[in-house]
Amino acid sequence: MLTINVNGARHELDADPRMPLLWALRDLLKLYGTKYGCGKALCGACIVHLDGRPIHSCVTPLSAVTGGRVTTIEGLSADGTHALQQAWLELDVVQCGYCHSGQLMSAAALLARNAAPNDADIDAAMSGNICRCGTYPRIRSAIHRAAALLRGRARA
Amino acid sequence: MRDMMPHFDLYQPDSVAAALELTSRLDEQAWILAGGQDSFDWLKNRTRRTAAVVDLGAIDELKGVRESAGGGLEIGALTTLTDIEAHPLIREKFELLARAAGRVASPQIRNAGTLGGNLCQDTRCWYYRHGVDCYRAGGNICYADTPEGQNREHAILGASRCVAVSPSDTATALTALDASVVLRSRAGERIVPISEFLVGPAINIRAMTTLRPGEILTTVRVPAIWSGAMFYFEKVADRAAWDFALVSIAAAFRMDGKRVADARLVAGAVACVPWRLHAAERAVVGRERSEDSAERAASVAVDGARPLNYNHFKIPLTENLVRRAIRDAQGA
Repeated sequence: MLTINVNGARHELDADPRMPLLWALRDLLKLYGTKYGCGKALCGACIVHLDGRPIHSCVTPLSAVTGGRVTTIEGLSADGTHALQQAWLELDVVQCGYCHSGQLMSAAALLARNAAPNDADIDAAMSGNICRCGTYPRIRSAIHRAAALLRGRARA
Repeated sequence: MRDMMPHFDLYQPDSVAAALELTSRLDEQAWILAGGQDSFDWLKNRTRRTAAVVDLGAIDELKGVRESAGGGLEIGALTTLTDIEAHPLIREKFELLARAAGRVASPQIRNAGTLGGNLCQDTRCWYYRHGVDCYRAGGNICYADTPEGQNREHAILGASRCVAVSPSDTATALTALDASVVLRSRAGERIVPISEFLVGPAINIRAMTTLRPGEILTTVRVPAIWSGAMFYFEKVADRAAWDFALVSIAAAFRMDGKRVADARLVAGAVACVPWRLHAAERAVVGRERSEDSAERAASVAVDGARPLNYNHFKIPLTENLVRRAIRDAQGA
């Protein structure tokens, strides 16, 4: 048995420590928000946070996360009201949507350390996420919008 | 469609001593795992198999940056590239290394990938990565160096049968900084200059480093020599993210007034190891950094290059990077 902390909850898993975190999230914990894209850290669909930093869950074995805190798209907000999720809806960012939980997790890590990113900051932070539909301009706009929403909330 | 991890015995030592116990016992069977960003590519592709993986991820003594007595730095091999890029001591003394670390792959890979792993990763030659029986894989042909071989990314210098190039951005910077690596085994430790740690095919066509079975790369030592010098790093790649260098340049200049007292100009991805451009260094030492000295250095930078069918462009590209390094280096 090994213990992992996902979205603030401890889970005892009867799993092989070699198992990629991605498959433990999807198959064992039934958290289907995190997607399988390439399996080799080449696309970004599987990005989650480990101790607040975005990583590829497909090349992260369970053994590497037993001491840390994992956050998935399901843990971004309790009810889908994170500023990024709001901005994503407002600007209708998604086309097919497959890559967007990964996109949102990379964007959330960026906004956590930079409240007012410029285009270059966004492009650098999001460079590890591929969108097959090419929604990059809307992703960038939505991150600016979310940053503005967060600044508004901070003032309120 | 499922991506399965192949079977191997997983060991997670929590100290260097315990890790060395394992690598000593498992010897050539031990696959040493750091951040896993290169390892899992090999293992999931099934192009390489291993009976045992020794995961160094839980060894805290291998993480972090310390100032050494002489004013240099000791960097734990398991320090992530994100931490290298952001570390105040590295930025203050060896901005060159911070810049190179910040150009590796993508932010997410830098969060997991380590300095030691970046130095020890294997070449990206796709014939070799595909699992064909080339020289580097133990066969007797180089597929990239044939009339039809696709060799745009391959070597223009230092090839010997195999024409693969070094993929590591940090190795290029650490070569310019005259760094060394500490290799520990149960028998003791070896301190090896990075220029001897990384080897080309004439020395060993099967491995890119001199790491021996049973050994672990524990520490990277950056001596004080180049602390606070003027630096320049640039990586040219087809894409800004993920991609490996087509050519990169890492340069350091120590000034004596307006003149260059000493210089390092190291090109990445032109050879199997980071390639010191000695003639270009000699051309600029003793002179001011100017259009004239940049031109002199560029004109001799890649003398002796032997381009393949599709990589002639690396010659003017390397020359231009030398010009830019000399003109645009910044720092103290």
